[in-house]
Amino acid sequence: MIDFEALETSLVNGGRLSDADALALFASPDLLRIGSLAARVNRQRNGDRVYFNVNRHINYTNICVNRCTFCAFSKGADDEGCYTLALNDILQKCSEATVAGATEVHMVGGLHPDLPFDFYLEMLSAIRADNPGLHIKAFTAVEIDYFAKLTGQPILTVIRELIDAGLGSMPGGGAEIFAEVVRQKICPEKISGARWLEVIETVHQAGLKTNATMLFGHLETAADRVDHLARLRALQDRTGGFQAFIPLAFQPDNTRVPGARGVGGVDALKTLAISRLYLDNFQHIKAYWVMLGLKIAQVALYFGVNDIDGTVVEEKIGHDAGADSPQLLDKEQLCSLIRKAGKQPVERDTLYNVLRVY
Amino acid sequence: MLNAIQTKIEVQQVLDRVEALWLLTKADLLTVGQLADAIRLKKHPHGRVTFVVDRNVNYTNVCQSQCKFCAFYRQADAADAYVLSYAEIFAKIAELVEHGGTQLLMQGGLHPELKIDWFEELFREIKQRFPQVQVHSLSPAEVIHIARLSDVSMRDCLLRLQAAGLDSVPGGGAEVLVDAVRNEISPNKIGWRDWARVMEQAHAQGMRTTATMMFGSKESPADIVEHLQRVRDIQDRTGGFTAFIPWTFQPGGTELGGETATGVEYLKVLALARIMLDNIDNIQASWVTQGAMMAQVALFFGANDLGGTMLEENVVAAAGCSFRLSQEEIIALARSAGFTPAKRTTTYTILQEY
Repeated sequence: MIDFEALETSLVNGGRLSDADALALFASPDLLRIGSLAARVNRQRNGDRVYFNVNRHINYTNICVNRCTFCAFSKGADDEGCYTLALNDILQKCSEATVAGATEVHMVGGLHPDLPFDFYLEMLSAIRADNPGLHIKAFTAVEIDYFAKLTGQPILTVIRELIDAGLGSMPGGGAEIFAEVVRQKICPEKISGARWLEVIETVHQAGLKTNATMLFGHLETAADRVDHLARLRALQDRTGGFQAFIPLAFQPDNTRVPGARGVGGVDALKTLAISRLYLDNFQHIKAYWVMLGLKIAQVALYFGVNDIDGTVVEEKIGHDAGADSPQLLDKEQLCSLIRKAGKQPVERDTLYNVLRVY
Repeated sequence: MLNAIQTKIEVQQVLDRVEALWLLTKADLLTVGQLADAIRLKKHPHGRVTFVVDRNVNYTNVCQSQCKFCAFYRQADAADAYVLSYAEIFAKIAELVEHGGTQLLMQGGLHPELKIDWFEELFREIKQRFPQVQVHSLSPAEVIHIARLSDVSMRDCLLRLQAAGLDSVPGGGAEVLVDAVRNEISPNKIGWRDWARVMEQAHAQGMRTTATMMFGSKESPADIVEHLQRVRDIQDRTGGFTAFIPWTFQPGGTELGGETATGVEYLKVLALARIMLDNIDNIQASWVTQGAMMAQVALFFGANDLGGTMLEENVVAAAGCSFRLSQEEIIALARSAGFTPAKRTTTYTILQEY
């Protein structure tokens, strides 16, 4: 049994959640006490403010040499439904985003077998040239590692070239779950958890901020989740380069993970709350509404969450796996959701500079 | 305020309207949830979460009421207006029985021509063919409509329907039991007093009923509190309600349009219902309007029941909301939240634990 009062005293006074306590919280049936505790810790750190941004997702290609079993988005180069956007299409989408008031474009894609590294560099510089006010948040650690292999250059060199071309920061995708046994089952061809962390550490050293994610609700155990959080916390202690942590609820439709059922509402909220409690060196915990749905994402604001992601506009990865959330939200809808939860909506840019308090 | 409310709840005193309104509009969501969860645990210490295997059969979509929040109704001369034949209804019930179902939730529009004899014969035939099925059908608005159309009193109408086989009455059509709200969203539907009159008559005849509330349209927080107070008052007099079922307005395709209540609003109203209605045993989570994830979370905000498996559902689906759950999914949903799933009858007799 958990002594919630002792835990609360410890956490609000700067104590760290131990792995054992994190495991005990995952095993605890007391959803609302865990939530209250996370809410208190979040309030101490972020007050009533809830962040969102105006952004657009662009997935430039779904062709991927990896075939992760949890993914319903990826295709082989000869598969029906595979696509790669032409640079003009990408620029068109970015211009639309700029006109619509977006401050960020969020771009990730498959590991394309034929696109040269120069394609990505040109893409970045062309977007930057057209849209000087648009922050480009792009590529996962998995893609960075792939570019390094493609070019035969070290990670640091690859990142510097991307930064020079216009890369502003990186999202936190590809982390999935670090624990090796489960990772082998859900994404055997993907870089290891250790490699993901190594790449991100280099990215942080090069001066870029990133997010971190965790895909949960497939085959992983609670211990795997705590292990994942522990490795992120340790890295953040070294670099301070993570902005937000984003637990991603696994969407089982059209995927190939035998026995995986998806995430219940209780597990989703508990995981967000425990993440808030464990990751004391992360400023932000984000509820990604695309995968959680708007209702749970809003309720999560009472479970330690202080960021509800952005307007997104066009989302493919979660929706291909059966997410039944809308494709986009406008700023008013996001503000209204936040306000109806009794919180204060704050539009931010990618680096969490406050653009407008609503 | 919170301390006073906590003390009242501990000594099982009734909250007044001011306190209820404070919980709804001022209190922290998780605080209200924890109060509700404690009451739920006291009433259902075994940790069971129940459900019933049922089917909604909507015998007609023709409706004279034409409520502004409804996307299901049609004019009598509309191309897709329908009345199900007895044979079609029996086929649907046979399918329900094949699936191990025990509850028939038959509701329809206020049809200008279907009189009491149509229902009497239907219920008699159903009882003859499917004696194991609980006929949990019609709503107060339908009962009053059928009585008027057939030129009999509401009381006689309900007595005759009961004699023909009507076992219990679902609590639909309550919407918000405040006439100012009803005039805005359903001006042609019965007022709140008529709804209450039918329920009290049903209870007086020994029929159990449920009570619902559809919120998230035009009501104010004070209207929600008034609704709960009125349901509570009826229950104090009759004890006939088995369950209370709050659900949210679904705007798709309706005249009213607009947006539905958010997740936070739903959970708060649900929890307040558990707190205020301590004279009603069961509170249902509405997975049909909230989805599976929210329904599971609702089990920590006062709900102890997941309603029906709904082999068929048309009304909410017509408004663009089409969550579907199988019996297996409902069982898994309750179990993975730490509860013991149990199949029940309409009147909450446990049939099987899982």
